[in-house]
Amino acid sequence: MQMTRGMKIKQAKKYVADKLGISISDLTDPVIMTEVRDDLQIGVMTPLPGCAKGIEAKFKIADLLDIDIACVRRFRDMIAK
Amino acid sequence: MLKIRTRYGDGTPLELSERELMADLENGTADAAECGNVPALSKEELQHLFDIFSAPYSFVSVEPGNEVVLSYDAGTLKIRRVGVNVDRIQALQIYEKLLGADSMELCHIDYSFKPIKSIVTMEQPILEQALLTTHIPLFYGAMPNLGLYSQPDGPFPNPAELLPLGKIDEAQAAYEAAAEEAVKDMLYTSEKMVTSGADGINLDTVGGAGDADFFAALIAARKLKERYPDICIELGMAGEFILGMHSELEFDGVRLAGLYPHDQVKLAQQAGVTIFGPVVNTNTSESCPWNLARAVTFVKACCNEARIPVHVNMGMGVGAVTVNDHPPIDMVSRASKAMVEICRLDGL
Repeated sequence: MQMTRGMKIKQAKKYVADKLGISISDLTDPVIMTEVRDDLQIGVMTPLPGCAKGIEAKFKIADLLDIDIACVRRFRDMIAK
Repeated sequence: MLKIRTRYGDGTPLELSERELMADLENGTADAAECGNVPALSKEELQHLFDIFSAPYSFVSVEPGNEVVLSYDAGTLKIRRVGVNVDRIQALQIYEKLLGADSMELCHIDYSFKPIKSIVTMEQPILEQALLTTHIPLFYGAMPNLGLYSQPDGPFPNPAELLPLGKIDEAQAAYEAAAEEAVKDMLYTSEKMVTSGADGINLDTVGGAGDADFFAALIAARKLKERYPDICIELGMAGEFILGMHSELEFDGVRLAGLYPHDQVKLAQQAGVTIFGPVVNTNTSESCPWNLARAVTFVKACCNEARIPVHVNMGMGVGAVTVNDHPPIDMVSRASKAMVEICRLDGL
């Protein structure tokens, strides 16, 4: 959110926490975030079979956070050709 | 009497008494206040630094809730520097999965925009592939490195040779010409990388060759932002104040020579920079407490002026980190904690 909207850290944390439906303090809890990332399919530390990885996860991230991610846009454009 | 273990700026271990520690902290902030014409740290802030240094732990961290994000420069070449000879895409994955990076930067080992220009079509596919396999935002980064534009490495007369001969006008003209070419090179490579999907462009060690170097980066940032309004531009500095090698260059009517971080960030914002990375240089003859009090004073003033996120440079010799290839974690962690908790930083 700092990169896409120039948000300062507190604003960025609140934005992401609200979008993910969690508290700000949960953002830095590795146990909670592993579950959140697995539930939302936005990429996890240990990529098990079938879970979203790389560009797949980025599609989800872009959607969840309502941001434009350049490589996601590029991927969409490439496969639409 | 309690002896507090710390280090000099070159990493040499040092023991200070409580009185000596507080004296170094007071002298460090006073030095920054005098040099930069910024407010010194308050008694409470100095006490906070005192508590950080006197904590009897090898590693310290922030209190929960004060965590910040980390951005990196030149990661894909630094991992090779330690002899881990992986491909750059693997290097990005190592940083993401094993080192906890929140964002990363793809870069070339010849880390300047001028040499990258001729091989940019080999760089683009690497970035495009990396973006498919990683989860974190990826920058593409390099240095303006104005020195490469001076003879014998570059096309223009060398100001370092002209200035001792008293040829001031000729040296200034050479700096201006070099800056113009550097802007073209930064734009050329950056545009290619944006087309390939880079989440951001990192202009690194800006100002390393003086005010003309800073000038070139600001112009490039402005032009890049005009062309791509949504692109993230991170601008990381090389030193704590702008060396007036040209001495008369201005950006938006402000002379660049002699600017400290709190004034540098204002111009960066005006140029369209998204994230600003100030630098404070480490003095190897002074203690880490002296250096950290000094650095925090400058960075706090910078953050007070910033409307954009600030990610202070914390690495070898900058941000009160010791001048070692592998800085000791006791000092890195103390410097990081102090920076985050006193300066209201957005990242490191």
